[in-house]
Amino acid sequence: MYVAVKGGEAAIRNAHKLLADRRRGDRSVPAIGLEQIVEQLALAVDRVMAEGSLYDTELAALAVKQARGDMIEAIFLVRAYRTTLPRFGYTKPVETSLMAIERRISATFKDLPGGQLLGPTFDYTHRLLDPELAGDVAVEVPERRVESHEQTPRVTDILGHDGMIESDGDMPEGADTGDLTREPLSFPLERDLRLQALARGDEGFLLGLAYSTQRGYARSHPFAGEIRIGEVEVELEVAELDFPLTLGRIRVTECQMVNQFKGSSSEPPQFTRGYGLVFGQSERKSMSMALCDRALRARELGEDITAAAQDEEFVISHSDNVQSTGFVEHLKLPHYVDFQAELDLIRRMRSEHERRHTENNGTQEAAE
Amino acid sequence: MTELATYNFAYLDEQTKRMIRRAILKAIAIPGYQVPFASREMPMPYGWGTGGVQVTAAVIGPDDTLKVIDQGADDTTNAVSIRAFFQKTANVRVTTKTTEATIIQTRHRIPEAALQAGQTLVYQVPIPEPLRFLEPRETETRKMHALEEYGLMHVKLYEDIARHGHIATTYAYPVKVEGRYVMDPSPTPKFDNPKMHNSPALQLFGAGREKRIYAIPPYTEVVSLDFEDHPFEIQTFSQPCALCGAKGSYLDEVILDDKGGSMFVCSDTDFCEDRQAEGQLSANPAEAAE
Repeated sequence: MYVAVKGGEAAIRNAHKLLADRRRGDRSVPAIGLEQIVEQLALAVDRVMAEGSLYDTELAALAVKQARGDMIEAIFLVRAYRTTLPRFGYTKPVETSLMAIERRISATFKDLPGGQLLGPTFDYTHRLLDPELAGDVAVEVPERRVESHEQTPRVTDILGHDGMIESDGDMPEGADTGDLTREPLSFPLERDLRLQALARGDEGFLLGLAYSTQRGYARSHPFAGEIRIGEVEVELEVAELDFPLTLGRIRVTECQMVNQFKGSSSEPPQFTRGYGLVFGQSERKSMSMALCDRALRARELGEDITAAAQDEEFVISHSDNVQSTGFVEHLKLPHYVDFQAELDLIRRMRSEHERRHTENNGTQEAAE
Repeated sequence: MTELATYNFAYLDEQTKRMIRRAILKAIAIPGYQVPFASREMPMPYGWGTGGVQVTAAVIGPDDTLKVIDQGADDTTNAVSIRAFFQKTANVRVTTKTTEATIIQTRHRIPEAALQAGQTLVYQVPIPEPLRFLEPRETETRKMHALEEYGLMHVKLYEDIARHGHIATTYAYPVKVEGRYVMDPSPTPKFDNPKMHNSPALQLFGAGREKRIYAIPPYTEVVSLDFEDHPFEIQTFSQPCALCGAKGSYLDEVILDDKGGSMFVCSDTDFCEDRQAEGQLSANPAEAAE
């Protein structure tokens, strides 16, 4: 007997109550606080800020908590909040050569002005589970250097002095930097919008594409010219003031890839650039971004477009995990109207097939 | 901690609404043409009606009465969720009655009752580009529309006939609007295509993830693509609705047991309930199913 599906409202309400219950989990275990998430799950918070395109550790921590640790859900929460915020203006480009550096490494020079600084890295740790961490063991106070306020030149600046690497591209005269959150993307893109899309793109997706370029799908012979992590000042030009206003400091990870390029009849041989800049501490993401950026410059550099990572429309249209997850998961929504239409057609075609079949048999028998 | 967030009427800020309205006006001026718009992240996932929700949010006013359907039904979970969203953010009157609504947001169906002048039907659109599955690149499909180069679509329909003896497209069946643009009617069954033609209501289509809005103004010619010797046909059902006895409505098959038993009922729940209230058929569905 058919019972009409009613009461969707009550079902949704109850589902969400159960979700809240599961989110809290066992009540005898203390609830996790936002400070704990910000301090102890800092890289999760960083990823949510980076792909959520909103630099706010507390909101990102709240999103991580509300999403039960589901990163893409947390990123989505932050995005949906970010989009409601008014725009006061656009800041000046951050000056990463003035970064208060916490970590800085170059794979292209053994030593260089400003030195190599390992900083807080997983590199060279042995990935052995540490049973002590199951409890709250005392942690040693780390060694710290005196904060230096000296400018640390970027490796690309050093290479740029003698023209060994192409200059950092300029925006065309009079062009405003695009804003992909305010204008619909229209392909082909300029590099400004492409870098914006990559900066908020899914870490896993970009990682896979970056990896593919290393395995021969659009190989660009990359060197990690430099990776630096630290805090930079964010400055805003205000109409009434004749100096830029400092809004605060944000932690970013910058990666400059140095790639091969043969040169042309008009250009002497020089290295080319791939660039990555990400909120927070994420070398994996910034390196992936830099490799993808370089691959996507194929058109500009006159290279053959042969691989997925070079295909701008393919990469940028599918790099946003909030869009991807929404559309993949929308298959959960009812589709029974369309399915009915398909059922009907297949039934009709099957019965026609059967009729033809029996007719054929009939004529065959008659012929025998 | 952050202050409790407050939201504008119908969630979107007025600047965003203005931007969307401009896109809608352009869409109405060029029927069937996909207008890019700066789609916002909405508090529901992409693919779950963000385009339709943005269009509705941009056109709805305090005096409107809203109806939301998914698969023709008012009580499917996503329809319930979207209706609740507008009740919460715009505090508008809502209804399940097609005739009472000034705005109807829909996914996958057009109501059975003929729409009236002054009503607006807002479609949720997943893939606005009718040529997308023939040519995945936006840069290419844009050119094809500009040059009115729709041969590829006809070839596809022809190949269907050659292979299956039928045009094997049953939903999202392409239409030509006012003799110019080939348009995706959203994944409504082709059964609903004729309702779009010369409708007195305004039809707006919103695709959030794909950032496109398009429109069919009232009384616009909408023709389903076909061939002279293979004219466009809509689905027909061999039996009437088991609940209201309707003969010309679109039906859903409801599985009753695991022995192949099923019954067919109207997908448009409001239409079906109206007819049942008028006493069109024995109100005992169990009996009807037998």
